Amino acid sequence: MDHVNFGVKNGEIFGFLGPNGAGKTTTINMLITVLKPTEGTASVLGYDIAGQAREVRSVTGVVPQEYTADEDLTGHENIILCADLYGIKREVSKKRALELLELVELTEFKDKKVQTYSGGMRRRLELACGLINRPRVLFLDEPTLGLDVQTRAATWNYIRLLKKEFDMTLFMTTHYLEEADALCDRIAIIDHGKIVVTGSPEDLKNNLGGDIITLSIQEDVDISGFVEKIEHVKEVKKQDDTYFVKAENGELTAPLIIEALRQKGHVVTKLSLTKPTLNEVYLDYTGKSMRDAEESREGFVAHRISLRRARGR
Amino acid sequence: MSQPNERSASKLHGLWALTNRELKKWYKEPMLLFMSIIQPVIWMGLFGKAMNISAIFTSNPGIPQEAAKQIMLQTFKTSDYFSYMAVGMMSFVVLFTTMFSGMSIVWDRRLGFLNKVLSTPVSRATIIFSKVLSATLRSIVQASIVMVIALLLGMQLGPTFNPLNILGVFAAVFLICMGLSSLFVLIAIRSTRWETQMAVMNLLNLPLMFASNTFFTTSMMPEWIQAIAKINPITYTTDALRQLLLYNMDVTQLMIDFTYLGIFAAVFTSIGIVLSWRYLSR
Repeated sequence: MDHVNFGVKNGEIFGFLGPNGAGKTTTINMLITVLKPTEGTASVLGYDIAGQAREVRSVTGVVPQEYTADEDLTGHENIILCADLYGIKREVSKKRALELLELVELTEFKDKKVQTYSGGMRRRLELACGLINRPRVLFLDEPTLGLDVQTRAATWNYIRLLKKEFDMTLFMTTHYLEEADALCDRIAIIDHGKIVVTGSPEDLKNNLGGDIITLSIQEDVDISGFVEKIEHVKEVKKQDDTYFVKAENGELTAPLIIEALRQKGHVVTKLSLTKPTLNEVYLDYTGKSMRDAEESREGFVAHRISLRRARGR
Repeated sequence: MSQPNERSASKLHGLWALTNRELKKWYKEPMLLFMSIIQPVIWMGLFGKAMNISAIFTSNPGIPQEAAKQIMLQTFKTSDYFSYMAVGMMSFVVLFTTMFSGMSIVWDRRLGFLNKVLSTPVSRATIIFSKVLSATLRSIVQASIVMVIALLLGMQLGPTFNPLNILGVFAAVFLICMGLSSLFVLIAIRSTRWETQMAVMNLLNLPLMFASNTFFTTSMMPEWIQAIAKINPITYTTDALRQLLLYNMDVTQLMIDFTYLGIFAAVFTSIGIVLSWRYLSR
């Protein structure tokens, strides 16, 4: 990472969005005191990550990118192990482990070895392990990497639920645009170790200038000038018979346009509304599409699979 | 929110949790335990019984029985070679078990488990020490099993043996295990490749095994091997075990053995703990 500077508010979900290799995991590793920064400082809940590493470690929880649970142990044993590492007394940890297993719906499988778990179950177990010390800040590193679409959506629900239940601050990294959009209150877009922009997904998308309304009319007259005067409309472009209207709050503006055109006696034949996505935001700030930047993803997953094979499973 | 009183003040809490994690993998897999015992047993059964060095003299009609016994006593300080090498086997199983303590740290690093542990308040030294401790406990159990099997196969106990000497055996095994597993964990502390670890293990394994008194008396070895044997902690372990189990006990020599093993264990365990502060995280 190259001199990044950011702050996370208490109680929000803050996301680092960027392609693989952008430095997201490195940042997390520094914040959870696994990696020492070569330069600069950071503090978590007022504790300095270099000088007060022990304090930082005891108030944070981590859900790493990899599945770190011990495959030879059961789910329950894994959670208890985590609790022991935080020095939580047995009578507390036993009760809490069962609660957390219930929360992530693994109670049924708690005495099965982790090697029999599916990807989604493992992810849930990691979530439960990360929460065993009731952290005030939870770090999630690519929480849905390599999960299928349904499991990913389910995992998002768990994350929302956990946040509501325990009232924590969440710091997460992701390279899935949908994920950042669905979960984060605020995001920082990372490119080549630098933060290019910070803001809420809504604001970032709105800053692009709003939604695109595409429309055509039956009559063969240029209505650009007229449409431009309608409330919320920012810009109108005409290409052949089609008008591209850039407007804030597209779903409110579109009916206004139709209404205004009808009063003028025009008949709208086609109309569609496109909301800008984070991909457009990403494109706008980094000059390249997120999908191009993360072509190494398949390679990464392949590496994970071969690693798993090396373990003999 | 976490209340301070829910945390246990004892540092041993985390140490035992990590140690027990390693041990669980072993005692919950009877196959693994069986495999780690079977190798020295096969060696003992085949090598120890097949290389019947005692018989070279006793089965030769030209040598009087008394003289044959004297030759054996002079060379091996015991008249039975099988007993001699069976005790060597106890060192052998210790060496093999501790060698793998380094491997588990490489795996923990590769599979991300180490990173997770590093993000918890458990101290770095505890992480290293748990590896050392689990290898040590495992070795003690395995060495004891080998000892029992050796007795069943006909190991003869010496004239000064008494049951309390078994405690001495545990003490010697404990010290050598602490030293050796610290050494192997140290080699692995930065490594992410188990291939490298395997290569190093193979490189150290043979010299530690054969440039020592494990299978044969060092006094008949060439001088340069004797020099290695003299600094090899395996030599002192095996000698201590033989003093306790087989020989007419030489207390001075036993003290020397224990002093050497104590220093070896203390030095390498300390180095391990000191370096863990610096090098365990990347």
